[in-house]
Amino acid sequence: MNLSLLILLPLLTAIAILLMRNATQVKWVSLAGATAQFVLAFVLLFAFRNERATGNPSQMLFELQYNWFPSWGISFHLGVDGISVAMILLTAFVVIAGVLVSWNVTKMTKEFYFLLILLSLGAYGFFISLDLFILFFFLEIAVIPKYLLIGIWGSGKKEYSANKLALMLMGGSALVLVGLLGIYFSGGHSFDLLKLSQLNIPVQTQMICFPLLFVGFGVFTALFPFHTWVPDGHSSAPTAGSMFLAGISMKLGGYGCLRVATYIMPEGAREYATIIIVLSVIAILYGAFATMMQKDLKYINAYSSVSHCGFVLLGIGMLTKTSMTGAVMQMVSHGLMTALFFAVIGMIYERTHTRQVSEMGGLLKRMPFIGTVLFIVGLCSLGLPGLSGFVAEMTVFMGSWEHPDTFRRVATVLACLSIVVTAVYILRAVAKTAMGPLKEGFQNLSDAGWNEKLAALILIAGIIAIGVAPFWLNDLVSPGAEIIMKKIAIPK
Amino acid sequence: MNEFLILMKHELVITFIIFLLLFIKIGKDLKNEVMLLVIQVLLLLNLIAGFFFNQEDVLFDGMYQTTAMIALQKNILNLGVYLISLLFTGWFKKTEHLPEFFMLLLSAQLGMFFLISSGNLLMFFLSLELATIPVAAMANFDLEKKRSSEAAMKMILTSAFSSGILLFGISLIYGATGTISFAELPYHLDGSPLQVLAFVFLFTAFAFKLSIVPFHLWTADVYEGSPIAVTSFLSVISKGAVAFIFMSALYKVFQPMNVVWYNMVMILSIATMIIGNLFALRQQNIKRFLAFSSIAQVGFILVGISSNSIEGTSSVVYFILIYVFSNLAAFGVAAAISSQTGKETIDDYKGLYQTNPFLCWVLALALFSLAGIPPTAGFFGKLFLLTAGAAKGSYIFIGIAALNMIISLFYYLRVVRAMFMEKNEYPIEKINVHFSEKFALVICGAGIVMVGLLSWIYDYIVGLL
Repeated sequence: MNLSLLILLPLLTAIAILLMRNATQVKWVSLAGATAQFVLAFVLLFAFRNERATGNPSQMLFELQYNWFPSWGISFHLGVDGISVAMILLTAFVVIAGVLVSWNVTKMTKEFYFLLILLSLGAYGFFISLDLFILFFFLEIAVIPKYLLIGIWGSGKKEYSANKLALMLMGGSALVLVGLLGIYFSGGHSFDLLKLSQLNIPVQTQMICFPLLFVGFGVFTALFPFHTWVPDGHSSAPTAGSMFLAGISMKLGGYGCLRVATYIMPEGAREYATIIIVLSVIAILYGAFATMMQKDLKYINAYSSVSHCGFVLLGIGMLTKTSMTGAVMQMVSHGLMTALFFAVIGMIYERTHTRQVSEMGGLLKRMPFIGTVLFIVGLCSLGLPGLSGFVAEMTVFMGSWEHPDTFRRVATVLACLSIVVTAVYILRAVAKTAMGPLKEGFQNLSDAGWNEKLAALILIAGIIAIGVAPFWLNDLVSPGAEIIMKKIAIPK
Repeated sequence: MNEFLILMKHELVITFIIFLLLFIKIGKDLKNEVMLLVIQVLLLLNLIAGFFFNQEDVLFDGMYQTTAMIALQKNILNLGVYLISLLFTGWFKKTEHLPEFFMLLLSAQLGMFFLISSGNLLMFFLSLELATIPVAAMANFDLEKKRSSEAAMKMILTSAFSSGILLFGISLIYGATGTISFAELPYHLDGSPLQVLAFVFLFTAFAFKLSIVPFHLWTADVYEGSPIAVTSFLSVISKGAVAFIFMSALYKVFQPMNVVWYNMVMILSIATMIIGNLFALRQQNIKRFLAFSSIAQVGFILVGISSNSIEGTSSVVYFILIYVFSNLAAFGVAAAISSQTGKETIDDYKGLYQTNPFLCWVLALALFSLAGIPPTAGFFGKLFLLTAGAAKGSYIFIGIAALNMIISLFYYLRVVRAMFMEKNEYPIEKINVHFSEKFALVICGAGIVMVGLLSWIYDYIVGLL
């Protein structure tokens, strides 16, 4: 399979959107594009599994390499392993759901969908690039769409949030940039990920560049204390914007931490593992407790995202094969779950015009479908077995427990504690919103439309597929995690 | 004789156009519309002619030199001037003395061509004067505005001052080494205190022209007071030309003193980026805003220059090519708006997207390119400058530069926010953009998007070295 299709398809969709005359055409073109992406992601999955089944042992499959700025040693080098395939699937799920959910956007529809598709282009490119330069290129491509999506279509203090998000993410990219340059000059003037992974980058360089890259990518994935853009950004963004931000964009950071920082600089990862674990445990607990205090549904999900993304970083920081597999699974699971959560919040807000938990009640009576989805996503968030959240978090815990030392045990136990807190805030929020007596003025609310139902069902299908049959995701991801671990396990 | 004609082709074509304009002016008073069309066609031909019959040689005992790289640099300047002739159609049509304006502009450009090609300090000084004095006259072209003459006065005083310092430096260098030829100077430079002093004076003159902090104080006032066409000429063409010669002087002539100038360039680059950015944060007038942002951009160019390598040269030339497109697009939009409504502050741009989506997208693209965000070309330009600079191994320097990219993003986003997000009860009405302005803006937009993605453009520049 030709991987450049994954970049060309969104690009062509975006161009087609610009050529359309009216909003209806724009919507259908975007939906067609998103569906094509969705199909393509599954084609990729099956092609990948086929290739592996026939015993192709190479680390990256479907590699492509074009010349691009050869004098800098840059090339347009694409390729996927199981981890990338999992992330691409996640992106495809979120994109199609995002497009469906925003069916009712009336303000500047063309620009809205254009930016959404551009954002997906950045994510696909990021996940399939094997050259750090183009990886960085795709990482930053998504900045403009995010900024404009929040600033134009957002609500509340949208300008402030958009600015904060753009600047913090740019700050993260600046750190990544300096780190990348450090690797570039110590790694024989190459940005090629596979080449760099073969080299042994001097330990001194690793000590400087690892924190730069890890923190830089960490900003994207809400590494404590650089998580402050998350609540504001998510709560101000339009529904699809929040879905993309939490579902895809935050995962760019986790993927970067794993694939770039940890994979290329194993000594750095070992050295700084303690700090990563401490920070991620703080993020997990702080996020969970902060969520308890929130009254706005979007803030609840945003802070709980901080907590859930902490598991991703914890899994990476624990440096075992199982925990890393768990980290990737948590990225996929959280991506689907949080996208669904934001979608539901968007649906509720569109009808009730409020996001305050205290102003709602009894919604299940009027909106059985939306209420049920809210329950499902809540249960997934608190880690009910049979849904994806449980599988992912369990894998992270199992991986963490492999370490016999007290420090990591304590960290794992503390992280486990957050599940209790999660249960408290999720159950409280869901119960107050969906159950109880119906509040005044909510008598005439309508249930979800076809587009909203379809979006929710697609995401729920993903969540249940992981929850009931986690092995396929595990089989997909763990060989990739194993390769990364092999590099870390080799003693100096 | 034949060789002379071909080697000095760029200069001769420009001279020919200047005289042609002079004869037209004397012979017959054409209407501005017709005159402008003639000028645009001539400049287009000039741009195209620049790409043919380029040879490498020296003339007049090494006073004048030309290489493929120099030809490319001249072509970039030609491109910029052609775009200027298109972009400010609205203002040009209203100007009373159109042929004179372009005669002055082309004389300045001629000076820049000689400047880039200069092979000894005398030629360098003469051409620098030729490149400066007409611009001061141009700055005064908004005859009814007081600020315009103030700008011209400031410009001429500061450049006279910097010329004086330059001459002093040149005389010291001649005293210390006994030569003014660029080819021979490297063999006589040994870093003695006198030579370092002379070099500092020379450097100061460059710093004045490039508005490197702390020699930047004239920039904002001159930019704000001058007509936008002149401002854009100053900030793009003039900066570009001086950056080219500055780089080749440092790399070729003052190579033996590279330890000295590396530190100077690094410190001034940091100062320039920080001061330029911090002052840009608080500007309300779009011209002043772009003035300070262009000061900050010079800081980034210095990062590339500091690398003292082939990568440095190629990335600086590449960056300036991108800078021509991005900055001219920004000035073009500002000019289109100010020539019809007279509005020049960022607050006036609130809600502009409702009425003028095309202008907004071009301006946003230009600003994103200046900020260095992909997929615009500015991303590649800035990244290559930083990569070239990082080869020296001072990561703190590169880290500061990267931090400055965030600060600059903040103020570029201010304009984007005003246009796209903020509401205004009375936004600027629909602007009637002339066809040629639109055409030039589309070229700039295409340049901003394509120059980065098409990697052969960079490869072409590298191939010339």
